[in-house]
Amino acid sequence: MYSEKVMDHFNNPRNVGEIENASGVGTVGNAKCGDIMRIYLDVDEDTKVIKECKFKTFGCGAAVATSSMATELVKGKTIYEALQVTNKAVMEALDGLPPVKVHCSLLAEEAIHAALWDYAQKHHIVIEGLEKPKEDIHEDEEEEEYE
Amino acid sequence: MSQLIYLDNAATTKVRPEVLQAMQPYFTEIYSNPSSVYSFAGKSTKAVEEVREYIASMLGVKSNEIYFTAGGSESDNWAVKGAAEALKSKGNHIITSTIEHHAVLHTCQYLEKNGYEVTYLDVDENGKVSLEALEAAIRPETILITIMAANNEIGTMEPVAEIGAIAKKHGVLFHTDAVQAFGHMPLPVQEMNLDMLSASAHKFNGPKGTGFLYIRNGIKLGAYMHGGAQERKRRAGTLNVPGIVGMGAAARLAAEEMEERRKKVISLREHLIERILKEIPYSRLNGHRTDRLANNANFSFRFIEGESLLILLDQQGICASSGSACTSGSLDPSHVLLAIGLPHEIAHGSLRLTLSEETTREQIDFTVDQLKDIVERLRNMSPLYEDFLKGAGANVQ
Repeated sequence: MYSEKVMDHFNNPRNVGEIENASGVGTVGNAKCGDIMRIYLDVDEDTKVIKECKFKTFGCGAAVATSSMATELVKGKTIYEALQVTNKAVMEALDGLPPVKVHCSLLAEEAIHAALWDYAQKHHIVIEGLEKPKEDIHEDEEEEEYE
Repeated sequence: MSQLIYLDNAATTKVRPEVLQAMQPYFTEIYSNPSSVYSFAGKSTKAVEEVREYIASMLGVKSNEIYFTAGGSESDNWAVKGAAEALKSKGNHIITSTIEHHAVLHTCQYLEKNGYEVTYLDVDENGKVSLEALEAAIRPETILITIMAANNEIGTMEPVAEIGAIAKKHGVLFHTDAVQAFGHMPLPVQEMNLDMLSASAHKFNGPKGTGFLYIRNGIKLGAYMHGGAQERKRRAGTLNVPGIVGMGAAARLAAEEMEERRKKVISLREHLIERILKEIPYSRLNGHRTDRLANNANFSFRFIEGESLLILLDQQGICASSGSACTSGSLDPSHVLLAIGLPHEIAHGSLRLTLSEETTREQIDFTVDQLKDIVERLRNMSPLYEDFLKGAGANVQ
């Protein structure tokens, strides 16, 4: 069902983890549809280059693999270049995804955008072409009732 | 580990060697069409009728009340659509539950588009139908109650005998989808007041593509398949002689070994449940704690998603299934897990392990050991777990 590249990134995900005092953090998706991605950025203040990028993902094999690939693709790029990393680029880098999993690559793109938005907000800058991310996470959370 | 650990016996089972052996002559030696006149055909007829009699004896019914079909879905379709059609002059209301197999649910939805009304009874947190709610749902125009004997995902057994008594009292037909139950637990049809019962051979070590529908004599269900005069003109088509013979052999083994196998499988299942609940934090058992199919264990692991879990188990040679959306081809997790009240993210993190008589304690222990590592690994990359550890419900920008 998955390409070798997808399986490789699922089995050996790159850049899993958190960045303390990250320059930007973005979380997208919701538990209802089964995928949540969070991306952390560490951006160089002067050059605007993404020095470090980490992720955490709740989701299927494709969700993990697209998160992993997305972090690889934005690392070393400036925040302006990172905006150009599309879901298509993530999919191509993974040698494709099954049709039902295309939404995972869209989520990865949105997660990067959300992290960039967070960075822009915190640093009072405007990244041209970047739109405010949707905030639909945790809409159905009922954790408290869990035994 | 190169060994295959098959823990998906609710999906399908292995054909037992004795079953295959019983079937083989009916492909190349006794290949006659039972409908033919010559004595060679009589050998096929005899084999098929022996199976009919044996299955009838297991249920305590007459052999002419057993109709061979191509499996559980066909039997369910026939029972539900057939009853609706046959009784449309009497009424248009059907009662079922929210946790039925799709073979029943989608058939009911199809009937709703064709002028029938369906009540989908809710279940409690263990997956049990309420008898009070069932009785309250019965109307003068109610023509059919269809409630499964045991659920395929969470294993919960429904109070079939009590439902049967209510159906009888109100003069309503009662069908049960016993696809997961037949061959695994006794089903005394008369005591349970059942009018129809669906079963499928491949769920009890028989071949795929063979099943049966029990229809109580006197119920005028129309033909499901039109054509030849097979199955008392109600289900046309040349009989699948090898399949039926295989189902008979499997049914015989299932009946003869039922008690012994149940004991063995329940003891292993209990070991599995105890270890998982004790050794994996934030895990829960779905379905009724004791009133469940002998071989079924269904868990939810908080903060993780089922498909990832299945892929990592597969890499260790372990076959299992999940109620996560990613395994259902939609964005919604299993309707059964939602019906017992699980929040979406917990339903997404479910795992069904269904044992067989061949499952060993070593396999169970290996599976639990692997699961512990896999769950921890997935939690370590889960933002839900991160938020949980930080004690924040919504750590969003």
